[in-house]
Amino acid sequence: MADSSPEAPIARAPIKPTLLELLRAFAGVSVAAFGGALPWSRRMIVERKRWMTSDEFNETFALSQFLPGPNTVNFSVVFGQRFGGVPGALVALLGLIGPPLLIVMVLAVLYERYGDVETLGHILAGVASAAAGLLIASVAKMATPMLLRRWNSGPVIAIVAFIGVAIIGWPLPLLFIALAPVAIVLAWFKW
Amino acid sequence: MNQNPLWSLFTLFATLSFMAVGGANAAIPEMHRVAVNVMHWMSDKQFTDMFAIAQMSPGPNVIIVALIGYHVAGLAGATVAMTSIVVPTCTLAYFVGRTWDRFKQARWRIAVQAGLVPVSLGLISASAFVLARAADHNFYAALITAATAATAFWTRANPLWIFAVAGALGFARLV
Repeated sequence: MADSSPEAPIARAPIKPTLLELLRAFAGVSVAAFGGALPWSRRMIVERKRWMTSDEFNETFALSQFLPGPNTVNFSVVFGQRFGGVPGALVALLGLIGPPLLIVMVLAVLYERYGDVETLGHILAGVASAAAGLLIASVAKMATPMLLRRWNSGPVIAIVAFIGVAIIGWPLPLLFIALAPVAIVLAWFKW
Repeated sequence: MNQNPLWSLFTLFATLSFMAVGGANAAIPEMHRVAVNVMHWMSDKQFTDMFAIAQMSPGPNVIIVALIGYHVAGLAGATVAMTSIVVPTCTLAYFVGRTWDRFKQARWRIAVQAGLVPVSLGLISASAFVLARAADHNFYAALITAATAATAFWTRANPLWIFAVAGALGFARLV
């Protein structure tokens, strides 16, 4: 694998952040990140701070996508761990979710108090419809490469997951335990 | 059945921590199913309101969990909900992060990752469907969803501008 270029040893970025810098960087990303934190993280880590090369970033992000749960949260833990062990992971996680959590808690208090105000209800209804549209667009972007590839079982698995959860209303744990092993076996044999 | 709402929040979000393949947006249908249909913590409208608030707020999408937790059991609920969804997967992330180099080329690792992509695609499609069904009650609402989907797919428009326009249409009582 040493000579195939994508797998070649990755050149290490030269700069290593301190704990305080980690905290500030992830806090900065968290309050700037609307509609997904990935592009913001890349800008901060690769372009501005140069803590990772683009390849290192992609590699680390692939790892966070491999893990279940919120991707950016996983990313902050893996990134923080790499540069500062347990304290690094905790600090990066705190930076990423701390400030948004404070903001959203204020909004939660306001919503519980004023959520019944009719005008607010109408505004949020408009935003919710738009937010559903954003999800449709991200589904379309994810599906495009899968549909362009030669025939494989991917679309069938996706449709089964969709029908099971959205139309029939199966609990996610049930669907996951039944479908994930099948999907993994199919991927193992590249069907 | 255990009636303590904190326990229910814990079991819901700790489970999702391991099964939300594709991130928090893949877990929306399950949150909706439990919060609205099973536990009757909130109405459809309240759920989609919270999704809208979380999308308008900065930070990772998982933040909706804090809104649900707060609605169910105040600050304690928000704390339990966030902790339950973050801690299990982060612990896993910590240890996998340290050993990743050892198995990143392993065939099983590649099969697991490739196999879960369509599962997560199906779950996020289900999220879009569940939200649209809960939010789009009239023609204009469905039109906002369709126009947003087209705009976000074909352009690189900032979602905040889209939300501003959609919110203004709501303010004008079109939705």
